[in-house]
Amino acid sequence: MSLARAAVGLLVVLLALALQVSLFPHLAWQGVVPNLVLLVVVAAALSGGAQFALLLGFAGGVLLDLAPPADHVAGRWALSLVLVAWIASRVRQETRPSTLAVLGCVAASSFIGTSVFALSGLVLGEPLGSVPEILGVIAVAVLWDLLLTPFVLPWAMKVFDRLTPAGRERARA
Amino acid sequence: MAPFDRERRWRGLDEGPRPPRATLVALVLAAATLMTLDQATGPDSPVDALRTVVGEGFGPVETATSALVRPFTAVPTWFKQKDDLREDVRELEAENAALREQVATVDYDRNRLAEFEGLTRAAADLGRSLVPARVVGYGPAQSFTRTVTLDAGSDAGLRPDMTVVNADGLVGRVLRVTRSSATVLLAVDARSVVGGRIGRTMELGFLRGGEDGTLDLELLDQKVVPAQGDVVVTWGSDGAGPYVPGIPVGRVTDVFASVREQSQRAVIEPFVAFSSLDVVGVVVPDGTATDRALVEADGEIG
Repeated sequence: MSLARAAVGLLVVLLALALQVSLFPHLAWQGVVPNLVLLVVVAAALSGGAQFALLLGFAGGVLLDLAPPADHVAGRWALSLVLVAWIASRVRQETRPSTLAVLGCVAASSFIGTSVFALSGLVLGEPLGSVPEILGVIAVAVLWDLLLTPFVLPWAMKVFDRLTPAGRERARA
Repeated sequence: MAPFDRERRWRGLDEGPRPPRATLVALVLAAATLMTLDQATGPDSPVDALRTVVGEGFGPVETATSALVRPFTAVPTWFKQKDDLREDVRELEAENAALREQVATVDYDRNRLAEFEGLTRAAADLGRSLVPARVVGYGPAQSFTRTVTLDAGSDAGLRPDMTVVNADGLVGRVLRVTRSSATVLLAVDARSVVGGRIGRTMELGFLRGGEDGTLDLELLDQKVVPAQGDVVVTWGSDGAGPYVPGIPVGRVTDVFASVREQSQRAVIEPFVAFSSLDVVGVVVPDGTATDRALVEADGEIG
């Protein structure tokens, strides 16, 4: 069960990553693309277990850090996605969260995730540009993630619900 | 026990309502370690090996995804670019037409330039001022006259009975002028009579328009026999006659004796190609007021 979960979770993250680097650059707005991996991690945190979400966040973050177009200090996305998974897990409730709650959670997660990534870059002395520029990019990223939420989250949450006993209960409820 | 179990499960307490702090701390530390490792060790960090592995594994996935999505991502660009392409086609067609026209007229332009150059040379050779003009109309053959229209008139300083030349020689004389146009009687017209002189012997005669675009030279001295190849120039006079003297007219190609009129007649092949006249010069007195550039006697444009 746990192995299957891990495998499916990794598969979903890989799919998200592939789309994120190959499909969405064609649709990018000011070069910013929706962070699908982050959305998947949020979905996992909202439906699956917190532990699972944390691990998935770390794995997805490491993949984001290492997969080809990436060229920054490895571990930055891992750190921010782990934090995102943790924060999103805290939002998780016993019943299926309302749409508004999900959107709020995604917005907060996206903002925090991208900000943590940017801040870690600042701390590590990577060239990022001025603070207004960073804030603009973060704002666009949040907008993108909110826009993609209706298309990604229900689907991903359904997948993760099937895999989690607690989630299965909740899905039935 | 069972309801309690169920209760706990329903509350989702199997993993706890709160995320496990231990895992969080462990993973954050792991991420920090990864960052430190990558940052501190520089170019030959073990993370680079990891990167290579992930890249080699994930690169083909990206390639495949990209190949899959490319046809779909190309659709909006196709729609978007259709207007652009249409615009491009329109611009290129216009440009193409302009270039075609340029190509088509380059010979014509070159010839015109050559004619203008010839005109300045002719002015220098003749030592006379010329008003350049262009032939804009040809009299129709069914009127049985050989006349042309020039695009210069009295505003350009033209008057009736002025001599019209081009780079090759005598063209004719101005019959009448309006403000902006002039009618020229060509030397080959049957009504045209030009005083001619054989350059070699200085013998005088009259040139009339002949057949097939030639001129007939009738010499005054009936005993003189012009030789083939002799060049005929205008006789004329400054001021009085319609033709100024010394303008080459043509070359003698044939000579025969006219028994009836008891005179020698010669057929003159004119130097000027009357069927393809374009740029001509009208001989005007020096210092004529004109509304266009005057080709001065020294060949300068004034």
